[in-house]
Amino acid sequence: MRTLLTMLGIIIGVAAVIAAISIGNGAKVEVEARVASLGQNVLSVFPGSFSTGGARGGWGSRSTLTAEDANAIIREVNNVVAISCEVRDRSQVLANGRNWNTQIVGESPDYLSIRAWGLASGAMFTDSDVRGAAKVCIIGKTVADELFNGEDPIGQTLRIRDIPFKVLGVLQSKGVNLFGQDQDDTVVIPYTSAMRRVSGRDFLSAILIQADKAENMERIQQETAAVLQQRRGNREPDFTVRSQLELAEAATETAKTMTWLIGGVAAISLIVGGIGIMNIMLVSVTERTREIGIRMAIGARGRDILLQFLIEAVTLSILGGAVGICAGMLVSKIISAQAGWPTVTSNTSIIVAFLFSATVGIFFGFYPARKASKLDPIDALRYE
Amino acid sequence: MQNDAVIQLENIHKVYQTGEVKVHAVRGISLTITRGEFVAIMGSSGSGKSTLMNTIGCLDRPTSGKYLLDGVDTSALDRDELAEIRNAKLGFVFQGFNLLSRTSALENVELPMLYVRHAVPRHEQVERAMKALELVGLAGRADHHPNQLSGGQQQRVAIARALVNQPALLLADEPTGNLDTQTSIEIMGVFQKLNDQGITIVMVTHELDIASFAKRNIIMRDGQIVSDKLVERRSHHEVELARLREAHQSVKLSA
Repeated sequence: MRTLLTMLGIIIGVAAVIAAISIGNGAKVEVEARVASLGQNVLSVFPGSFSTGGARGGWGSRSTLTAEDANAIIREVNNVVAISCEVRDRSQVLANGRNWNTQIVGESPDYLSIRAWGLASGAMFTDSDVRGAAKVCIIGKTVADELFNGEDPIGQTLRIRDIPFKVLGVLQSKGVNLFGQDQDDTVVIPYTSAMRRVSGRDFLSAILIQADKAENMERIQQETAAVLQQRRGNREPDFTVRSQLELAEAATETAKTMTWLIGGVAAISLIVGGIGIMNIMLVSVTERTREIGIRMAIGARGRDILLQFLIEAVTLSILGGAVGICAGMLVSKIISAQAGWPTVTSNTSIIVAFLFSATVGIFFGFYPARKASKLDPIDALRYE
Repeated sequence: MQNDAVIQLENIHKVYQTGEVKVHAVRGISLTITRGEFVAIMGSSGSGKSTLMNTIGCLDRPTSGKYLLDGVDTSALDRDELAEIRNAKLGFVFQGFNLLSRTSALENVELPMLYVRHAVPRHEQVERAMKALELVGLAGRADHHPNQLSGGQQQRVAIARALVNQPALLLADEPTGNLDTQTSIEIMGVFQKLNDQGITIVMVTHELDIASFAKRNIIMRDGQIVSDKLVERRSHHEVELARLREAHQSVKLSA
């Protein structure tokens, strides 16, 4: 019982370390996956500049982005493979006597390739649809389920703000994005239709750009900003060009910070556990003073006694470490099941946790073991 | 140099410093004990007999004087070397048995072999421990734990432990102090049998009855030897046991 209590500090510390690292790893993997689901080598141009006196322009506010800007980018920036003009809105959508509130996003035909988003069925609208501001749409799986409930939506009509739109295709399921939003809850229409018919806007919400290679993204980012700035003359920049890489970095930074934080707490817990071991070993040494005296009388050298007690301390800590590793893995599995994150328990972290607990045992067990080895056999034999 | 002297003490002095007070526990003792002897050292408390035992047992170093144990000059040895000598040449038997309570009798007897310089292989450890237990008549209880053994049996395990490294001599400190009369005689019987087989025994006791089982009695007072004589009417364990049984019988008959 006493042994169990002593090991508790180590068990908790190691479990916390393992859980923290596993969850952190899992979060990183999850974030990377979600960032990847944004598409491949994607840059985004947003209205509003983060540098104008700290005041941020939000989505669509004071936007000066136009389709001509997009055309200029395609013309003048090298290594741009695809581009899409984006107009974001929200509206009720009616079909089949049902209605559903969803996001209406106007895009160019390149949108699907930029987002690396395939169609489950049907086809994407075309450039001629864009030119004619056609009343056609692609819907996501959530919308398809809500409005058409298992029936084939292709060829059917839904109404956005009382305007009928023909469904051309259904998107493959993508799940939840970086910000926790359901990406399948969407209706995609030509951006021209969005601007002229549905939302009545003159300016775009964003411009999505796809680079051919990741290496070129930084240059494309700078050149795009230059092209857009040139088109605006000497005005303050009222747009921001963001690359997908930056997004990924920012997200992983958060995950990393969290991991370090929990890891720090866990390390402290390990130290406390180590102090617990030292305490118990000191008590043990005192209780076994007689025994130490006998062993010395029989021929144990100081070194032998030191080793004996050190081994006992290390055994305690390693056992606690092993239990802690199992407990930590269990905890991360539970959290993974609850939160829907994957958790990845790497072998390195297990080895590190093991070494850590062994080190704690050696370090905190040393002082009591040394004390034991320095006992005088005559006094020790006389100890009551 | 093959010497018959197992213990050779020359003018041993031991002075303790306890705070302000200097205690001269042993004052100039010279003593020779040869192989095969059975010596009892007696004295009241404060006579210095415990201090002398500690010196003989290499647990403590004399302040001055020379101590040769089985021919080895112990004054030249450091702490670790003293430990080695204790392991190789001495066997201790204590008043309180001093067995490890959570280990079996066999494992207790094996303990000294743990600390031997050149490690003893496992099977040999078991062999030698069993032989030692046979010597004291406890081979059948090798797997018992001390709390399953009577006082006399525990002391016998302790004696076996003391013998397992085949020491030059057995040192017993009040070996019957915690035992009743009959068991004390039985333990003295074990000692006498071992001594008959050639094992040298030095015993400290304050009981005259027990001392008379030995062959030679040394009496100490105030740190010096005041008497060193061969025992004239030596007790024999079988005789004493029979006498004890008769005494018990008569008590029963008269009750």
